[in-house]
Amino acid sequence: MRALTWHGKHDVRMETVPDPEILNPRDAIIKITSTAICGSDLHLYDAYIPTLQKGDILGHEFMGEVVDVGPKSTLKKGQRVVVPFTISCGSCFHCSKQQFSACDNGNPADNQDLGQQLYGEPMSALFGYTHLTGGYPGGQAELVRVPFSDVGPIVIPDGMPDDDVLFLSDILPTGWMAAENAQIEHGDTVAVWGCGPVGLFAVQSAFKMGAHRVIAIDHFPHRLELAAKFGAETINFEETDTYHALMEMTGSIGPDAVIDSVGLEAHGLFGDNIVDQIKASTFLGTDRPHALRQAILACRKGGRVSVPGVYGGFLDKFPFGAFMEKGLTMKTGQTHVQKYLPKLLEMIGNKELDTTFLISHRLPLEQAPEGYKMFKSEQNTCTKVVLKPGMEA
Amino acid sequence: MSEVRGAPSYVSKDKDLQKSEAQNGESTVWGHTVSIMRPREELYAYWRDFANLATFMQNIVSIEVLDQTRSHWTVRGPNGEYQWTALVTEDRPGEVIAWKAEDGDVKNSGRIEFRDGPPGHGTYVRAILAYQPPMGAIGKLIATLTQKEPQIQSNRDLRRFKQLMETGEIATTTQPNREPYS
Repeated sequence: MRALTWHGKHDVRMETVPDPEILNPRDAIIKITSTAICGSDLHLYDAYIPTLQKGDILGHEFMGEVVDVGPKSTLKKGQRVVVPFTISCGSCFHCSKQQFSACDNGNPADNQDLGQQLYGEPMSALFGYTHLTGGYPGGQAELVRVPFSDVGPIVIPDGMPDDDVLFLSDILPTGWMAAENAQIEHGDTVAVWGCGPVGLFAVQSAFKMGAHRVIAIDHFPHRLELAAKFGAETINFEETDTYHALMEMTGSIGPDAVIDSVGLEAHGLFGDNIVDQIKASTFLGTDRPHALRQAILACRKGGRVSVPGVYGGFLDKFPFGAFMEKGLTMKTGQTHVQKYLPKLLEMIGNKELDTTFLISHRLPLEQAPEGYKMFKSEQNTCTKVVLKPGMEA
Repeated sequence: MSEVRGAPSYVSKDKDLQKSEAQNGESTVWGHTVSIMRPREELYAYWRDFANLATFMQNIVSIEVLDQTRSHWTVRGPNGEYQWTALVTEDRPGEVIAWKAEDGDVKNSGRIEFRDGPPGHGTYVRAILAYQPPMGAIGKLIATLTQKEPQIQSNRDLRRFKQLMETGEIATTTQPNREPYS
């Protein structure tokens, strides 16, 4: 089959690789019909996250048709499914608490030692990510093997187009959980750093959960326009002092909840961010947490900090004094995708959530490397790239 | 015995206390505990049939059950295969199985305990292994470098046991992406 493989920083290629096979009884093989490039794929593209190996197949946002099943799979050949990016067994302690992204059992045993050392607990398994997360081949390919196919994939009713439901695989539930983690109360003002796909879904979700105002922060005008379309007020951090603006917009109380949907590669010419970039490039630090620092400083006393943005290592100058003295609460984590799928599928069906607005580019899978380049370099207008195997160029 | 309380002796900073669980006075003692969301009796029963152990213990070449208390083990080590006959020294259904090598290449013993975790937290399965590394410290270093150190392996083996008991299978990845042939 054809697949998008990683070979190093800013080096991804289309290659012919062996087809996946059923390895375990609960497996299924999915023929990909649509797959997207995620912001966290860019962290891999930029070689920010360790333990990727040359030849790894990327991609964790995908859907398709069931073409083969193991004896314990509950799927049937021919069904259309969206597959969560988190690989979860459904029966361990964490899955029993619906904390699917903390599943104990998806990551192969020999792969867990490094995660245990880095984070105190082995990481759970994800598709198309790193070897810390299992080294599972991803879905930017013609075919993919899906473990625990009786727990993860959600069957899509006939008549719902791929473009409507594809983002159930990651970014829609991630934006939803970001808003849920912000523990929004009626009348709240919520500030969202980063108007990428997750931030934009967090804006929509925050309003659905009763936020009175949502303030969206970015520096790409087109992305801010999209946030405004959903009713958000906007701050362009290149034109406006964000902290000052937030204070003035909230009567100096600060937002009730703040959401960092930026993660470890913050943009912007801020003093702390420049120092972070130098440290990261000289291996004195790993992550660039400018957005998170600012969110903590702006958040109101007793407020909530939600972090869907991805971090990988150590944060320098984390304002923990402010965090403690202001009595903040933080919730974060990879998304418990399986928990949210039925509800979000229903909301898409009822047109309560808009998903397709995000797609700026549809490309044949063969042009995936161009898609990465574009998503990386044209972030203003390139909001989401969807790849379709077999599509005519 | 049914609930777990306190820290086990093998995590003690006191070396003597750490080694107190060695049944034969072996030099290295190590233990590991995992929670498994299955009943104690079921986990005990699977483990008690020593022939099952090869399904999740990677370095086992074979375990031949000789009779109710004796089994013959052939294990891959850093310098080839090692063999011994293990004798069950303690057996309480649903709670504990202990064994020790009666004779063979490596002096070793082991013990596996099944206890109730707090409500909703599954069974706490604790493995305690004691062994005398062949060739002492140098042998241990080689074993660590080749990842056949019993501590590393038994940790992974317990994870595989957990996966098998909780999900019915052992997680693995194909690597169709390893060697592109275009």
